[in-house]
Amino acid sequence: MEKFFNDLGASFVKNFVTDNRWMQLLQGLGTTVLITLFAVLIGIALGFIVAVVRSTHDMQLKGRKCRTAGDYVLKALNVICNIYITIIRGTPVVVQLLIMFFIVFKTSRNGLVPAILCFGLNSGAYVAEIVRSGIMSIDRGQFEASRSIGFDYKSTMIHIILPQAFKNVLPALGNEFIVLLKETSVAGYVAVQDLTYIGNLIRSRTYEAFFPLITVAVIYLVIVLILTFLLTKLERRLRNSDH
Amino acid sequence: MTTNNEVLIQVQNLHKSFGDIEVLKGIDAEIHKGDVVVIIGASGSGKSTFLRCLNKLEEPTDGKIIFEGTDITDPKVNINLHRRKVGMVFQQFNLFPHMTVLKNMTLGPVKLLKQSKSEAEENAMRLLERVGLADRAHAYPSQLSGGQKQRIAIVRALCMNPDVLLFDEPTSALDPEMVGEVLDVMKGLAKDGMTMAVVTHEMGFAREVGTNVVFIDEGVIVEQGAPDEFFGNPKSPRLRDFLSKVL
Repeated sequence: MEKFFNDLGASFVKNFVTDNRWMQLLQGLGTTVLITLFAVLIGIALGFIVAVVRSTHDMQLKGRKCRTAGDYVLKALNVICNIYITIIRGTPVVVQLLIMFFIVFKTSRNGLVPAILCFGLNSGAYVAEIVRSGIMSIDRGQFEASRSIGFDYKSTMIHIILPQAFKNVLPALGNEFIVLLKETSVAGYVAVQDLTYIGNLIRSRTYEAFFPLITVAVIYLVIVLILTFLLTKLERRLRNSDH
Repeated sequence: MTTNNEVLIQVQNLHKSFGDIEVLKGIDAEIHKGDVVVIIGASGSGKSTFLRCLNKLEEPTDGKIIFEGTDITDPKVNINLHRRKVGMVFQQFNLFPHMTVLKNMTLGPVKLLKQSKSEAEENAMRLLERVGLADRAHAYPSQLSGGQKQRIAIVRALCMNPDVLLFDEPTSALDPEMVGEVLDVMKGLAKDGMTMAVVTHEMGFAREVGTNVVFIDEGVIVEQGAPDEFFGNPKSPRLRDFLSKVL
């Protein structure tokens, strides 16, 4: 029994203390959070834009021919958005990451920016579909009431539709960001030293898998729990107003 | 008895089709300042579509709608400016659920009419006072009864200081005991000289408040006139048939 604890202690020291490995893990965590944060920002911005384009197209142009120059622009934008969503959803994120690093950012040595862009672009496609479903779920009467007051389409979207849509899709959005956080664990493919990469690195140095990998898993879990907690709070605050 | 005031809205040969189905088949009508025009008809007759054409929530297929001298069917007309002057009240209230009553009422005046927040709120509170809902100013729509919602919807439209109010079956979604409170508000408005066009099934309201009653059937105006004559001595067989069913 004593030997077991001694071994455990030695293993702990080896995996965390020697060479300041705990610092490396912290840095890895930092990188993971950094990638996720920026990817979420890109994802939200892109997702909302694409969602608004797609739902505007569906509401205004479906079933009729283009009449003005604006109609044609909208139609073209919609086609671009559809292609974007199809490609992103139809290919694995690891492949997208490799393409981003080895083809798009051919000259870059550092994988961090390609990784952020890749995960942001990836998330945007999913956010777009989530937000679009939110916009489409808002009753037509809300549009009509806003337009009848005299708001144009854009103001109606900003003041009336999007706030309600956002609230409706918040759980789905939160879920998407949790998935995104975990998805960044493949960033090691382009030599980004994120949390998973560091854990695996320590494993390969110490020839011990248990401590590094379980630690990495626990850290992800804790972040996800924190995120879930915050989202639940936000949801409750937003829900105060209605239904 | 149409009043002799100036013409506010003139509708000429209005047509509206949804795909192959022609809902409005040439409607001519005039709404004068201070009129309360009550539009009745069976469901599917086109009466709601007619009303919704007046602020172009439905795009007319053909014909003219001249509002204060401007033909609003002209694509060059800024429809958003037109709509500021035409308030609309819906069957389903359509209050904005994510805003308080006060915010519902002041959003338009602040953002569109560039009123200051305090000015808009003052005005809104005065209107709320009038419909007896001042104590609900900070409530959210989900906390209100149907009748309260509709009264708020009416004063929200009034906040924009419109020249005419359109009502699309304002009491049809209400529990029977709440119909009265909404009709009372509308009667009050009529008494103050508000120009209104009302699609409704409330024949009592039409008879009591209407200055002009219009019967639409199958996309055309079949008969119209002052309420006494209209209800007391209906001429066309279709109106007689309709009235015998609803009265």
